[in-house]
Amino acid sequence: MSAPQRSRRVSHGATEVWGHKGHHDHKEQSRRTPFLLLVFFVIVVASDLRGLGDGAGLLAQTRPDRSSPPPLGPAPQLNLPQVQKRTLSNGLPVWVIETRAVPLVQVNLLIKAGAGDDPAGKFGVASLTAAMLDEGAGSRSSLQISDEVDFLGADLTTTSSFDASAVRLNVPVSRMKEALAVMADVALRPTFPADELERVRKERLTALLQAKDDPAAVAPLAFAHTVFGPSHRYGTAAMGTESTIKAFTVGDLKAFHAAMYQPTNATLIVTGDVRAADAIAQLETHFGQWHNNPAAATPRRPVPGASQLTEGQITIVDIPGAAQSQIRIGWVGVARSTPDYFTLEVMNTILGGSFTSRLNQNLREEHQYAYGAGSRFDMRLAPGPFYAAAGVQTDKTSEALREFFNELNRMSKPVEADELMKAKNYIALSFPGEFETLGDLASHIEEQVVYSLPDSFFADYVRNVQSVTSAAVQKAAATHIQPKRFAVVVVGDRKTIEPGIRALNLAPVRVLSVDEAIGQ
Amino acid sequence: MRRCLVPLSIAVLLSVPLGAQAPPQIEVPFRQFRLANGLNVILHRDTRVPVVAVNVWYHVGSANEKPGRTGFAHLFEHLMFEGSKNVKEGMFDNLLEGAGGDNNGSTSNDRTNYVIDVPKNALELALFLESDRMAFLLDTMTPERVNGQRDVVKNERRQRYENEPYGMASIELDKMLWPPNHPYSWPTIGYMEDLTAASHQDVVEFFKKFYAPNNASLVVAGDIELDRTKALVEKWFNEVPTGGVVEPIAPPAAILTTVQKKTITDRVSLPRLYVAWLTPRVYAPGDAALDMASSVLAGGKNSRLYKRLVYDMQIAQDVTAYQQSAALGSSFSIIATARQGHTVAELRTAIDEELEKLRREPPTAREVQRAINQLEASFYRRMERVGGFGGKADQLNAYHAAGGGPDFFAEDLARYTSIKPSDVQAVIIEWLPADRRVELVVEPEGRK
Repeated sequence: MSAPQRSRRVSHGATEVWGHKGHHDHKEQSRRTPFLLLVFFVIVVASDLRGLGDGAGLLAQTRPDRSSPPPLGPAPQLNLPQVQKRTLSNGLPVWVIETRAVPLVQVNLLIKAGAGDDPAGKFGVASLTAAMLDEGAGSRSSLQISDEVDFLGADLTTTSSFDASAVRLNVPVSRMKEALAVMADVALRPTFPADELERVRKERLTALLQAKDDPAAVAPLAFAHTVFGPSHRYGTAAMGTESTIKAFTVGDLKAFHAAMYQPTNATLIVTGDVRAADAIAQLETHFGQWHNNPAAATPRRPVPGASQLTEGQITIVDIPGAAQSQIRIGWVGVARSTPDYFTLEVMNTILGGSFTSRLNQNLREEHQYAYGAGSRFDMRLAPGPFYAAAGVQTDKTSEALREFFNELNRMSKPVEADELMKAKNYIALSFPGEFETLGDLASHIEEQVVYSLPDSFFADYVRNVQSVTSAAVQKAAATHIQPKRFAVVVVGDRKTIEPGIRALNLAPVRVLSVDEAIGQ
Repeated sequence: MRRCLVPLSIAVLLSVPLGAQAPPQIEVPFRQFRLANGLNVILHRDTRVPVVAVNVWYHVGSANEKPGRTGFAHLFEHLMFEGSKNVKEGMFDNLLEGAGGDNNGSTSNDRTNYVIDVPKNALELALFLESDRMAFLLDTMTPERVNGQRDVVKNERRQRYENEPYGMASIELDKMLWPPNHPYSWPTIGYMEDLTAASHQDVVEFFKKFYAPNNASLVVAGDIELDRTKALVEKWFNEVPTGGVVEPIAPPAAILTTVQKKTITDRVSLPRLYVAWLTPRVYAPGDAALDMASSVLAGGKNSRLYKRLVYDMQIAQDVTAYQQSAALGSSFSIIATARQGHTVAELRTAIDEELEKLRREPPTAREVQRAINQLEASFYRRMERVGGFGGKADQLNAYHAAGGGPDFFAEDLARYTSIKPSDVQAVIIEWLPADRRVELVVEPEGRK
């Protein structure tokens, strides 16, 4: 989803992240203010009243000047953690960041193969392969893997995106050794048991069925399908479709794993409370004997760029009775390798990438049509989608669409200096805070590896953001924001919203069922 | 001024019982003091990254609301971002973003919290903004501002409850669990008609009653100098006027005496079953053991219910169990979604059989130790972040609000590491009985 409303004032739903509450974070936060507190405050207030005399007397002298905000001091320097690059005896690269904050270690095995590498007709094989890694590996069964991982207090996840797959381990450093043994089995020696495949297949088919109940899940699927079409890989969810999921065999998973999960295609990333030399020694034991299999290897073919949209089109996806309309507006965006990367980061922050962005201010603060609105360039190895998004109240759907297009069209005008500076500072000055947790550190390294970013990328980041000019933003907007050619997807109550949408005369309107829209 | 000084620097040690090496230590040293106006202040220094978290808890939540004004504490939270006497509308966010900062707030039944995370050079800006809305929110409050955020909150409700599959179930469940005049019986997001009724005058009264420094706690954590930060806190917060005493909530007794059943419909494909009980409030005896019970029941593939319903029988798509701990009383819920071709009756039968097994025989030592080890690791993970929801600043305030003191980390963990299998069995027998509970079913529309 779009950036600003992600956690913004999500209120009563926020999770208090009490460690033990983690496995049910879909629920409201734990609530804590025991009875003790109430007694405590009675005492506190009583003692304060006695002290009011001298406190009040000092007020006049100490009253601060509130006529303007206190000035900011010089911005802190970004102290990038040092990355130590090593290799195991089989050539597998290992990037280590030592950090002593907490007694945890994060070990990520990154595989440069994802849904973008799914062959035609087998959309979803990368995703299913990753999901099946921990359903049986080496001599361990699915239940044994889960039991061992949980008993070690570890988190072991196997996952896949369009651009990469990963096995990620987070474990107390005292139990790293045992956990690495399980991780290595899962990553290198999955057995893909047939009965576990049937179980996971049913789970995925059911998840697809459930996604159709949720307008917020249907909207991105329908939007991708509209912009990229059924044959381009980005037009279909990473998970695949009902028909591909039904057809996968154990052989498909084994073949994908053999072809793609190879040392030449992988990088190990370690962050946490370990010395690099110790980490390397342990990793050598578990990953050093992993050999390339050139016979099985399939060279990675780049995902072809999708053809760009030429004419606007509005698609209404009917969900009778929906309380809100989920809106997505956009087209084919840019690849992560775009030379406009920093300019687009700044431009999108202004348009819909921050709370004070134009879209959020307009649709939430000014008109109150939505809880939040935003926009995003989903940059992948090939150009991914650009979209503006919001859930808006049903009876304001056409009004909201008009405001979306007002803001998108306004991007063609020059951006004022103060708005530009605010956006640049927001991105640049918050950057040092992005290196706080072991997971933060590892994910930045993953980004660098997957997109072949130079070693200087993070060190140069702030300077590159600050050098973006208003002229560059305007030029980028002219290229990448062309509202007349955008696809619009509205998932909502057709009966209520269709007349107003047609009356806008923005573009031709079609009405689809959920199944038609997401291409099952 | 600066009385009731409790300048402490306590090192909190968390140990790892399972590891062979010397136990790792995590230190959360802090300094605590109180201003003359009653504001509790906790400072914590952590210089790993050059950021500072400014975290404020007001000890007011939806449980303090009046009937007919449900959702008001949360609506009020939204208004706290709309400007105050010396901060023009929109400038709260503009100033913070321009400094590279982020901010947010959240409301629960028991409290409202506000987080500001900034690069360390913007510490004073954050204190200026936070103190201005604590002291002078009403100076520029208008009915128009209330109207604006009312409509935003209504859209929040539409997005997160009405238009979300199964989104209305938690509201129904709370209504069934708690008696009608109990403050946990209504939703934090509020009823639509009550949001409509909220007025500017309500805002004025609510602020005066609850948003006083003596009903709040401020944590400043991160890359700070303690002495300088203390001086800055005094500079910006000393002039905030103190308020009256907030009366404790006196909720009616909440007891379930029978099995209450209800079925609602939603725009969903699969039926879902909710089984829930009333349980001991947070930190009361049984609270921690019920957390462990939730893990034994539904934490991981080998948990009793997951293995039975999802893994072996494959009649459920998912199953979760959790103890929702709160100040006035807690609830324990088991939630499972039936696969196509299966019914909630099948789920209920299997859930009851598994609960009965645990009433007859405690879980194994390994099951409980597995749950303890997971929980212990999660304590380390929540030490990683200074700001945001659930970061160290927020946790310091949470422990303070709980009355345990901000150095409660180790004690909280000890509540869990000492739990034995018989403790888990005991709380299931005592608190999760088959004949006193609530059962809510969500059926697909048109298939009731």
